[in-house]
Amino acid sequence: MYKVRHFFYQLTQRLIKGPPIYYAWILFLLALIGIGAYAYAQQLKQGMTVTGLTDQVSWGLYIGNFTFLVGVAAAAVLLIVPAYIYDFGPIKEITILGEILAASALFMCMLFVTVDLGHPERVWHLLPIVGTPNFPSTLLGWDIIVINGYLLINIGIATYLLGMLYLEKPENKWIYMPFVLLSIPWAIGIHTVTAYLYNGLGARPFWNTAIIVPRFLASAFCSGPAISIMAFQLIRKFTRFEVRDEALFKMAEMVAIAMGLNLVLLGAEVFKEIYTDTWHKAPILYLFVGLHGHSALVKWIWISMGCNLLAFILFLIPTTKKNHVTLNLACILIVIGVWLEKGMGFIIPGFVPTPLGEIWEYWPKTVEILVSLGILGFGLLHYTLALKIAIPIETGEMRVLGTLPVSKNGNKGLRGLIKNLYIKIQGIVNKDIPIPR
Amino acid sequence: MRKKESNGVSRRTFLKASGAASAVLALGGCGFREKFFSSNDTLKEFIQRNFKEMSPEEIEEVRQRLLKQYKKKYGRDFVLGTEPPFPNVVFAYGLDLSRCIGCRRCVYACVQENNQSRRPEIQWIRVLRFKKGSMNFEESDHYYDPRMVPEEGYYYMPVQCQQCENPPCVKVCPTKATWKDSDGIVVIDYNWCIGCRYCMAACPYWARRFNFAEPEIPIKEINRNLHYLGNRPRMRGVVEKCTFCVQRTRRGRYPACVEVCPVGARKFGNILDPKSEISQVIERQRVFRLKEDLNTQSRFYYFFSI
Repeated sequence: MYKVRHFFYQLTQRLIKGPPIYYAWILFLLALIGIGAYAYAQQLKQGMTVTGLTDQVSWGLYIGNFTFLVGVAAAAVLLIVPAYIYDFGPIKEITILGEILAASALFMCMLFVTVDLGHPERVWHLLPIVGTPNFPSTLLGWDIIVINGYLLINIGIATYLLGMLYLEKPENKWIYMPFVLLSIPWAIGIHTVTAYLYNGLGARPFWNTAIIVPRFLASAFCSGPAISIMAFQLIRKFTRFEVRDEALFKMAEMVAIAMGLNLVLLGAEVFKEIYTDTWHKAPILYLFVGLHGHSALVKWIWISMGCNLLAFILFLIPTTKKNHVTLNLACILIVIGVWLEKGMGFIIPGFVPTPLGEIWEYWPKTVEILVSLGILGFGLLHYTLALKIAIPIETGEMRVLGTLPVSKNGNKGLRGLIKNLYIKIQGIVNKDIPIPR
Repeated sequence: MRKKESNGVSRRTFLKASGAASAVLALGGCGFREKFFSSNDTLKEFIQRNFKEMSPEEIEEVRQRLLKQYKKKYGRDFVLGTEPPFPNVVFAYGLDLSRCIGCRRCVYACVQENNQSRRPEIQWIRVLRFKKGSMNFEESDHYYDPRMVPEEGYYYMPVQCQQCENPPCVKVCPTKATWKDSDGIVVIDYNWCIGCRYCMAACPYWARRFNFAEPEIPIKEINRNLHYLGNRPRMRGVVEKCTFCVQRTRRGRYPACVEVCPVGARKFGNILDPKSEISQVIERQRVFRLKEDLNTQSRFYYFFSI
């Protein structure tokens, strides 16, 4: 019983204690979440008319963000493969961080789909037995299964490994390796199934191409690791956790390959539409040059192209890859580029023109932007809090018989006296544990 | 380790338990459960099942509850049917593009008959105007507004739900809120739809509409002859579309658009009956369907009779 109490005590202490920047960050995220919640309340009150969505463009910012974030989640596999299959040491140490990022991204995905629903309270209609899920034909049903499954796998592996570290017990390969191996095809699976959501619609020729499956995977393996590279540097700066530069550079190499592939596939898509020159080229034209005077997305897709190309070059050239300034710049560029290309730049052209040839331009309204920021805040909060526990466990600062976070003057002074007294008394009362020194 | 109470239940536990038990008994005794569940229509509506799975008793209960709701909201009595399809009937539609003058009377009759929202404005039928010489949707005009129709050099094509035999919308719906009934009509259970709008992305004919806000129907114009799967007043957050006027066709009448067309461009009937008008049209006219290459097997046959 003491161990459980001690765990929760350590947990709460670690979560509520930190440097001033930690408090500022958490407060900022809570403010974001609050604003998002208020905006969502408006949407619930007045209906989805507060968004910019219409019958012509019936999916927008929410589903665009969902698509982008599924890619970020799938990219955790890019850490698992070199770590466990190729036993590349520098990356093996940081796979847990990748899994935690995947979990945060998946939570955000589920939130984005939920806020996009006209009747979120009816979501139980999807469940078997109580509801009537349209299995196996609906891809949305499959997407829910694979996303939740991947979330469980990641949470399961991370909890097991962290738990064993915390309890100072040896980890059993036979328990976690099958799930690690399962997570590799599953990660490919979640993004493939998300691509199938769009791929399987004959009504939308912009999406009804097999190429979006590898394109989704390629752009996922750009955005996810780029976010990870930036996150790991922050973690390295603010905690005792060590991330070796070789791990970062290896990830950057993989991003370079993925972006190269992404650009090749983009070229193939554009060539197919422009050279063949059928009516189906309309969405690509709308995206890149505008259609019949409508060109709201044109400057954004070219910004995205620029970001992607520049980031590709920066990742490719060894000098710029190894320079921390250019490396981080490239990461930011890639996140912007892929988000533009895969979020709005993928969803909106699917609806322009409509199947009956109408052009309707969509732009997100304030409510949508605020709700999206709120969900982003929630994901970042989850990531931060999870890391606040995971990192001390990884570095050995948090253990089953571990000490509590060290205060400013350590265990000296009156505070230290009381703390030591408390530990001594606990030890005496609970005779089953030795009194720690 | 703290010493456990050796003689079973402590005094505190006993008091807590008996307090809880008496509260439950008191609530149960005053008929709390009956009152809460019977008067709480919102809760009943929330837990109601998919229409396809309901027993006749459940359907009747839902029917009564809805009638009560409409009486309360609109102050009038409604007729709410839940008629199943006629056996040996599959409806099909014919549209004579030579005759259509683009007057849009069908659009407005449909709006009135099917209680579509006026604000925001929903119209299930969309009439396209093409320049003579091609059928390029991208070059069609949806918002033509001349003084008089028809205009020289143009032809008109109304488009509504095609009630496909192989409907992509039914395939993608995650909750089976939309399905194809045996008389060929693709219907929606508005109380089961979660509003994900996947069906709207999947429809190749842009036939489906979403209620982005609570629909507004002027009480004076409301149509009180309803069908559960058709023209009953919808709520916000659900998808709706043409149902071949299920409230009329399952009572032996024609859809409103067929009746109102001033030039007789619209043909309707049972495709399984070789003597029906639509069967004659399909046999004698050179019919085609929109986007046939998508293999939706639409039941909406267009033709040029002249």
